[in-house]
Amino acid sequence: MTELTPTIEASVRRIVAEHADLVVDAASLADDTDLYRSGLTSHASINVMLAIEDEFGVEFPQGMLKKSTFQSIGSIAAALRELCEGPSAARDAGPAERTAGSV
Amino acid sequence: MAIAEDRPVASGLRVALLEAGLLIATGEDGLYLRDDRFERIVVGIDHLVGAAAAPDVDATYFLPPVMPQDVLVRTGYLRSFPQLAGLVATWPGRPSDHGALIRRLEDGTDVTQEFVDHALALCSAGCHPLYPVLSGRLPRGGRTIEAYGQCFRREPSLDPARLQTFRQHEVVRIGSATSARSHRDHWVERALEIHRGLGLEVEAVVANDPFFGRAGALLASEQRDQALKLEIVTPIASAEEPTAITSANCHLDHFGEAFSIATADGVVAHSSCIGFGVERIALALLAQHGLDPGRWPQTVRDRLGLSERNP
Repeated sequence: MTELTPTIEASVRRIVAEHADLVVDAASLADDTDLYRSGLTSHASINVMLAIEDEFGVEFPQGMLKKSTFQSIGSIAAALRELCEGPSAARDAGPAERTAGSV
Repeated sequence: MAIAEDRPVASGLRVALLEAGLLIATGEDGLYLRDDRFERIVVGIDHLVGAAAAPDVDATYFLPPVMPQDVLVRTGYLRSFPQLAGLVATWPGRPSDHGALIRRLEDGTDVTQEFVDHALALCSAGCHPLYPVLSGRLPRGGRTIEAYGQCFRREPSLDPARLQTFRQHEVVRIGSATSARSHRDHWVERALEIHRGLGLEVEAVVANDPFFGRAGALLASEQRDQALKLEIVTPIASAEEPTAITSANCHLDHFGEAFSIATADGVVAHSSCIGFGVERIALALLAQHGLDPGRWPQTVRDRLGLSERNP
């Protein structure tokens, strides 16, 4: 597994601080702290998503638009790194993940 | 239960309903006149739900088909489902403008472009108009309210169960977080009993609302993860894709926060609701038992109050 790039992690942490409206200081969060348990609401998660897409010029594919992607600073950064480094990897994973997730 | 001989083929349900005269086409998909045989089924369902709710509710409200426009904004409906919302637009002209209007009509001008929004919206859900009325401090023990009214969703479709205007019969709970969750869970079980008592094959499943846009996928994922929405589904137009005929929803503190509703202890109120889609239940009954209610099983007819004089 590739390690998180500090620059991406730091940017995600800043965006979370600005848009997530958490009850705690984003600087105090560990990479794997559950953001939802830290006060991230459904609509704030949308704001975080849109802010990340704007800043990095990316678009999360359908398969990544799920709760687990935005669970922590680490999971957001990992998804972002995958988007920035592998243009087809996330798209290929999308449809299979949707099917597996359907009930 | 034996399948009625005149049970329509699933794929031809809409055609069968139109040919039987239960639904009358208007030229707009998802918009029909309904004849009195259909309406008596709906009335029977309403009475059944009302009777089940009566011991629990402290008030019953019949809702107008329109509501103040800001309810769409404050509920978050406009943000999440802009594609479904409807606004009421009216002509702002005065009597002195009438002559010019008539001339434009005679010229073939589309004068509907002159209609402007007048601060009213079509009712989006059976519980939404309640929340502004409940702003403030709730009585101790919270409230349980029965609400019934016409709703609008802009989703024209050939699926006879997807109507643009339809009625919801709701039982809404607002109060503590625990009581809201319990209300939802309790009413899912009661609703399953009510539907099975009418001979319907139903099950409760975790579901999500049709949140609009790309962000909708994320919202849907979060809603399903917490099982905030349960739907009671049954085959209507398709055996492979059952239709939700009743839904039971946990709102958490979404409406309590948006409308400044607090419990007696001053805590932001939580709410939940169960909404019976009465036209969909009627369609499910017609699909299950056949298009002639006069030939339905007697237990079903009795429960719906369908007598010899009102088949």
